[in-house]
Amino acid sequence: MVIAARVVEKNKELCGKVGQTMGEVIVVTSGKGGVGKTTTSANIGTGLAQAGFSVVLVDTDIGLRNLDVVMGLENRIVYDLVDVTSENCRLKQALIKDKRFANLHLLPAAQTKDKTAVSPEQMKALAEELKKEFDYAIIDCPAGIEQGFRNAIAGADRAVVVCTPEVSSVRDADRIIGLLEAADLKNPKLIINRIRPQMVKRGDMMDIDDILDILAIDLIGVVPEDESIVVSTNRGEPCVMDKNSKAGEAYRRITKRIQGEEVPLMNLDVPEGFMDKIKKLVGLR
Amino acid sequence: MLEFISRILGKETASSKSLAKERLRLVLVHDRASISPAMLNRLREDLVQVISNYMEIDETALEFNLCQDERDVALVANIPVLKMKRDYAAKC
Ligand SMILES: Nc1ncnc2c1ncn2[C@@H]1O[C@H](COP(=O)(O)OP(=O)(O)OP(=O)(O)O)[C@@H](O)[C@H]1O
Ligand SMILES: [Mg+2]
Repeated sequence: MVIAARVVEKNKELCGKVGQTMGEVIVVTSGKGGVGKTTTSANIGTGLAQAGFSVVLVDTDIGLRNLDVVMGLENRIVYDLVDVTSENCRLKQALIKDKRFANLHLLPAAQTKDKTAVSPEQMKALAEELKKEFDYAIIDCPAGIEQGFRNAIAGADRAVVVCTPEVSSVRDADRIIGLLEAADLKNPKLIINRIRPQMVKRGDMMDIDDILDILAIDLIGVVPEDESIVVSTNRGEPCVMDKNSKAGEAYRRITKRIQGEEVPLMNLDVPEGFMDKIKKLVGLR
Repeated sequence: MLEFISRILGKETASSKSLAKERLRLVLVHDRASISPAMLNRLREDLVQVISNYMEIDETALEFNLCQDERDVALVANIPVLKMKRDYAAKC
């Protein structure tokens, strides 16, 4: 509670944007399912709130909502995204306050409707409304390239594409990048998630450079495969708050880059193991 | 003996990542081409224009495709020539 109060103060000092400058809408997308969009949305949103910005997380995965549980806010839901776009309730009524940060909010997806319950035009209007209230709106996009995707990107100013170092995920990311650019969302930024330094080292996983070479877009962060993501999801507390989490550190850096800071990539090198030493000894490396 | 050790330590196996990269490269040539038939169409029109400087071609019978085998992707065009342009040769 104390932390939250202090952050709000900081927010007022630092940003001082009460209705002056417009906020930014950032969509987190991927094409392929299960690569870490929701995890990324939760961590970027929480990271930005931690840094003092006012943030709203929007779950657009209608029918398969998840951002609420990842944030640990599933028990507080009364209204949802579809209630807002169909004017069943006012925006303020549907926004759920985060437990930890008073400047962080969630607009949950509807669970009982399907993706056609919202139109891209409605999403665009909602985005405009959110920009007046918040510094950042983070949109968690559903998998796929159909209406759910079109809804999620409709009001976005910027896009973040998440992929894992696998053939199918990179392929889908390429497709998504093409679709984003066709929709005039230029210069999407890439997050490579679930990288495993051990596998990269022995040549069994594509490295950062391999993927950048193929996709030819800017990198905004690399998140390692990390058990602390599972633990933090179990708890409903994004790992960006956990000082000891490697993935958390990666997300803290991504948060800074979103604000325009230049931060070096995290060192993901694995300490030299027993087998490495033997290989060196036998002259294999 | 050393061979045996190196096999255990996994030096022999070609890295699967280069396989992944190569397969991706190929599949993306096709994906990107099929996403933008507009681009292929423009390329086709540009080509016809350039070739028409040198010869008269049968545009209606022109075939124009991206072909792929195991390792390569090629742009294959089959362009029936009706007539060579004599005046162009004279100009050079
Ligand atoms: N870096 C990571 N390390 C370990 N586990 C991870 C990591 N990133 C994501 N995961 C796990 O992968 C699963 C899928 O993540 P997430 O739900 O964020 O993906 P998604 O892209 O939102 O999926 P969907 O397409 O279904 O919406 C989750 O169980 C999550 O905990
Ligand atoms: Mg998700």
